[in-house]
Amino acid sequence: MTESATRLRGKDLLGIADLTASEISLILDTAEAMKEVSSRPIKKVPALRGKTVINLFYEPSTRTRTSFEVAEKRLSADTLNIAIATSSVVKGETLIDTALNLEAMNPDIIVMRHASSGACHLLSRTCKAGIVNAGDGMHEHPTQGLLDAFTIRERKKRLHGLKIAIVGDLLHSRVFRSNVYLLTKMGAEVWACGPPTLMPAGIDRLGVHVTTRVEEAAEGADAIMMLRIQLERMQGGYFPSLREYFQVFGMTPERVALAKPDVIIMHPGPMNRGVEIASEVADGPASVILDQVANGVAVRMAVLYLLAGGGNDEAAA
Amino acid sequence: MTVLMDSERMGRTLTRIAHEIVERNRGIDNIALVGVRTRGVPIARRLASILRAVTGHEVATGALDITLYRDDLMKTAVGPQPIVRRTEIPFSIDGRHIVLVDDVLYTGRTIRAALDALIDFGRPSTIQLVVLVDRGHRELPIKADYVGKNVPTSHRETIHVRLSEIDGQDEVLIEQVEGEQA
Repeated sequence: MTESATRLRGKDLLGIADLTASEISLILDTAEAMKEVSSRPIKKVPALRGKTVINLFYEPSTRTRTSFEVAEKRLSADTLNIAIATSSVVKGETLIDTALNLEAMNPDIIVMRHASSGACHLLSRTCKAGIVNAGDGMHEHPTQGLLDAFTIRERKKRLHGLKIAIVGDLLHSRVFRSNVYLLTKMGAEVWACGPPTLMPAGIDRLGVHVTTRVEEAAEGADAIMMLRIQLERMQGGYFPSLREYFQVFGMTPERVALAKPDVIIMHPGPMNRGVEIASEVADGPASVILDQVANGVAVRMAVLYLLAGGGNDEAAA
Repeated sequence: MTVLMDSERMGRTLTRIAHEIVERNRGIDNIALVGVRTRGVPIARRLASILRAVTGHEVATGALDITLYRDDLMKTAVGPQPIVRRTEIPFSIDGRHIVLVDDVLYTGRTIRAALDALIDFGRPSTIQLVVLVDRGHRELPIKADYVGKNVPTSHRETIHVRLSEIDGQDEVLIEQVEGEQA
């Protein structure tokens, strides 16, 4: 066994793939303390006072951006939101030039979402500020993976040895990739399920069980995670119709009944009711979908605190 | 390392402090104990059980983690960052007499952070401070109301408080540290 981590090694959080199991545990443990802060009458601590965090979102996002912003404010950081529609990107500025201009204002952390996989890595090499990946293309969405793991651990008290089914569009999903890296590192048994047309090449090398039968994935599961069918990406004819998709892969009460009695149902949002998940399931007693949103704030507070409170970047550089 | 306080002495000291708390507050009505993590928490629990034995009443007890309120978070260029733990104050502190409990009083910066943290939970009527050891060298105008033992120290010495709940044994030790020590 490795020693338990007391800090993160890097200045950035680019993906779960770069983290060790003990770093993941450190973030989840820190998030537990952060969750308590959100339950106080005064939901604010001074830990990141005087730190500047820039939220740079190249893709539309309500949930993730709001969640980061709440997390930053609860830690007393100064936050700036840059919405791309009103920025100089529309005037043709490149990502690197935007980053260098922001860097000149000396931020401590840049939270970025971008449509291109690897955009955060590019930024990380250019900037001294810590970079937090809030979703890059089809690559990773590490804070979503962490908040999902936090939610599972909160309910099941562990991750090791659990059967976790992930169902839906595995090809385009950065949530899938971050969850697979995280859950397999923590010793969970992951079942990936979806139409063959929506599976990434090399899925068999990710260390997960692969199936196209949703019943097989759901059977005996401790947690079922539904992924969004990204309607905006569905021009490629991946399956005949949304109605047929729901019939074959949609999470219905009958399919939930195959899982363990205490199964939890998860969805990273935004949901397409009647496409990947039935409303009875989304609003049912097993659903922890809104807990995931609440836990997102705690997990993001933990990540920001561990990155900005570290002072370890000079030592590493 | 020299032993400043053994298990028996620690027990007597805490009993004496418990009686002082009762005396000063004329009873334990409306009193709550809040231990500062890590070692203030078991000390607060022990005081609560002595108070229960003495007065026959339960005293509300909580735990405060001050990591997020520290003023030296960004300054430590080396060494691990303090791990954030849970704060557990399962009662309202509004209008209460809060007895804050810590193991060692040194620069006063921990207590400064604890006061900030506590005040974010409400408006206590008073805040009083218990420390097992006061070693001097204050950097802030902070003073304990109840002191287990005053120990004159130099900056080159370290005080170790060991408690059976955490360390398997009750004792307070003083150690000479070689080389530079802030």
